[in-house]
Amino acid sequence: MSVDTSKVATSNTSAATANKPTKVGAAAEWADERLGLAAMGKKNLRKIFPDHWSFMLGEIALWSFVVLLVTGVFLTLWFRPSMAEVTYQGSYPNLRGISMSEAYSSALNISFDVRGGLLLRQMHHWAAMLFISAMMIHMLRVFFTGAHRKPRELNWVIGSLLLLLGTLEGFTGYSLPDDLLSGTGVRAADGFIQAIPIVGTYIGFFLFGGEFPGDAIIPRLYTIHVLLIPGILLGLVAAHMLLLVYHKHTQWAGPGRKETNVVGYPMLPVYAAKAGGFFFITFGVTAVMGAILSINPVWKFGPYDPTKVTAGSQPDWYMGWPDGALRIMPGWESHFWGSTWSWNIFIPVILMPMVSWMVVTSFPFLESWITGDKREHHLLQRPRNAPTRTGVMVAAMVWYAMFWLAGGNDIIAIKLHMSINQITYFLRAAVFLGPVIAFFITRRWCIALQRHDNEVLLHGYETGVIMRSAVGGYSEIHLPISEEKAYAITVRDRGPEGAGEADGPKANGKLTLRDKLRTLYYEDDVEKPTVEEIEAAHAHAAHAVEGGHDDAHAIEGGHDDARAIEGGHGEH
Amino acid sequence: MSDSHEIQAHTDALLPDPGHPEHHWRPTDVDPKAERRAERQVATLFGLSVVCTILFVVSYVTLQTGIGGQEFIGLGASNVALGLTLGGAFLFIGIGVIQWARKLMADVELVEERHPASSSLEDRSATVAALQAGLEESGIARRPLIRNTLVLSVGVLVAPAVVMLRDLGPLPGDKLRHTVWAKNMRVVRDVVGTPIRPADLEIGDLVNAEPEIIFGTDKGQPLPSGEVIEGSDLQVQKAKSATVLLRMDPDDIVSDVTRNWSVNGIVAYSKICTHVGCPISLNERTTHHLLCPCHQSTFDLADSGKVIFGPAGRHLPQLPLGIDDEGFLVALSDYPEPVGPSFWERETKSPQAIYDEWSKETGQ
Repeated sequence: MSVDTSKVATSNTSAATANKPTKVGAAAEWADERLGLAAMGKKNLRKIFPDHWSFMLGEIALWSFVVLLVTGVFLTLWFRPSMAEVTYQGSYPNLRGISMSEAYSSALNISFDVRGGLLLRQMHHWAAMLFISAMMIHMLRVFFTGAHRKPRELNWVIGSLLLLLGTLEGFTGYSLPDDLLSGTGVRAADGFIQAIPIVGTYIGFFLFGGEFPGDAIIPRLYTIHVLLIPGILLGLVAAHMLLLVYHKHTQWAGPGRKETNVVGYPMLPVYAAKAGGFFFITFGVTAVMGAILSINPVWKFGPYDPTKVTAGSQPDWYMGWPDGALRIMPGWESHFWGSTWSWNIFIPVILMPMVSWMVVTSFPFLESWITGDKREHHLLQRPRNAPTRTGVMVAAMVWYAMFWLAGGNDIIAIKLHMSINQITYFLRAAVFLGPVIAFFITRRWCIALQRHDNEVLLHGYETGVIMRSAVGGYSEIHLPISEEKAYAITVRDRGPEGAGEADGPKANGKLTLRDKLRTLYYEDDVEKPTVEEIEAAHAHAAHAVEGGHDDAHAIEGGHDDARAIEGGHGEH
Repeated sequence: MSDSHEIQAHTDALLPDPGHPEHHWRPTDVDPKAERRAERQVATLFGLSVVCTILFVVSYVTLQTGIGGQEFIGLGASNVALGLTLGGAFLFIGIGVIQWARKLMADVELVEERHPASSSLEDRSATVAALQAGLEESGIARRPLIRNTLVLSVGVLVAPAVVMLRDLGPLPGDKLRHTVWAKNMRVVRDVVGTPIRPADLEIGDLVNAEPEIIFGTDKGQPLPSGEVIEGSDLQVQKAKSATVLLRMDPDDIVSDVTRNWSVNGIVAYSKICTHVGCPISLNERTTHHLLCPCHQSTFDLADSGKVIFGPAGRHLPQLPLGIDDEGFLVALSDYPEPVGPSFWERETKSPQAIYDEWSKETGQ
């Protein structure tokens, strides 16, 4: 795997000739004699990583997690997770002399009296937002391109665990400052817990050390936030990375890029430099955000007081979705045998997020159960080539978006001068209808794009050059796409052939659920052309250009023009 | 190798693979000038990072943080300067390293063969054999007594961990059913703690109120120190007993229960939303509707606090109001039903049923 470096910048070639013993060499020998690093290094130092912009999304998540760890450790040096009552004597005049918890007082202290403290707080909060959004977008990328298929299903499960724990980590984190906004969030969380049938009251009393708010919840959330969840997150991130290395990264199909190989740059030096450099960029961007974009100005809300609330109380954006569900849920409560069943709370904030998470986590298994596809996949699929899957995810996104909008129904009502009641009624329907509409539109859109691929393969791309024939008819000149592009488009399964054996009809002659779903999954998929179709199309094109038609001259003339255009297009 | 030990996906390429595209040399590979320029660029970026780090330290030492500090476009100059210099210090390293990778490091794409994720059949059988040998030597299959007692003893070790959690908090008991409101306790203004006469309120006025005991007094006299509620217990009691008073035209009151518990058109309700417990605060003056800002549950205070919109499942509890001999508003009893969000053990009844029970108990 040597690289021709004959022309590579000379500054970069000297290392290859270093064979006399050096200090570094001696240190490496010392380490190898104790740790046996060479065996591992041999395998991994030049490991290949394929390049594509979308592979960077997971990196954003990884590096913002590192930013969270670094800024978080600094914050713990000053933050005091205590609900003991103190009288604020710090430098923020508007709150001086007011009773508050030590937690809130130390959050103010970090914001006003520790140099760079506000920067750390804002970086920490922005990095948390970045962490969760990057994880979500990364997850979408993985799903849309089929990277969750065998052998990577377990890494998908780890990823969805990371998303779940990251969200809980975010909630426990923004609850810590004990300002009016975060206290309102904790108050609502207490309400959620008590809504759990049978055990809810007990869980609530154990978690809060008695009735809300008590004096135990902040220290307990703190332990969960700085020790328990980050510990698990670290372990899962490590496992996620190890599996990535073991499976080798997926890649897009293209010339020389096959299921059985991986084409790209070696870990050392290019990938290490790019990925390592990207850590510095992520950190730098977070620092700039912390510098100029104010986030969670806790001093504006005042200390938590259970009798107060601010209008427009909103959780962090990633909690907006269950909060929205909570807002548009009808007020269903059942009362029997002296008990109260709060469906209006339990369903939207406990049951629905749990079920949604479980469905998302089991996506790879559900899909392979339906398609029967048990093969290993290392080439990514274009979203259009799995119309049902793409449709399902877009439907899920619309579902999420509708709930998320509902989480801001009061803001929408105020900003757009609309009735909050109307918005709520609309969203109650939209959360169900929206995904269905989105599914069908997306699916048909994918199928149209598949058709377009075939069109381009068989008849070439549209040049935009319009020809007028001798008899006055108009036609557009099409030119064949490049060999490389045509190859990349055609690397895909032919219909459900890749799927496993069907169950076959049951004894009563009906299809099993799995076979029905499989039929629906592949229904209306446009298959790529056959060899004969491609040959016929090429022959037709050659025929036309050679001039069997009346307008042969015109086409040849147009052909020259098209050549010029093709030159302008650059590579195809 | 058997089939199961090859990568199985076949994507049935229709056209021939044109093979890896030809590698193109970059200007920095062939033009020594471009190469030196790139080298200078990278070094300059690293140098800029050092400059930013120095500026960071300078800003740290010179700029004052917080309220008294300098300002920069309306933001704290210290925060902006520290953040931008720290950001620059990191960004310039990142950009420099990536520029180095793009311009000067070898840019030839390499190929690595993949291997199936599964182990080879030999490895599998060797592992199974090793596992069997190990289990065989332990005799775990032949000695069920040992196996079962081990499983049992390890299994019950969960108990200490679970038992230890018991002291996380007290049992709920009937704590959620009661507040500190009691018969003849004055209804006082929140924050200031002053008692309220009906004449203090005009029609349409909404007042946030608390039971007098929250302020450590009884009929204006300080309570003995043992009875004063303090610390986190005070927060707990405030969280439950927060109350809103609203004065409306007595003729606007719809339900008899509400009328019976009102004084001159003044009604008192729990301020804690029956949904998830936010303090309700938005009053629609003309309709007597009270809206919770958290999830927009809306309650009609003229009609036993019934829910007229939003996700709440239950009316707002009403506090029976009366007047003491000095003419101040007082509670006639504690809230006749639990306040705040639902909990499973809660008995839920209609306002009329609650009123009937209440009058039987109190004889009022």
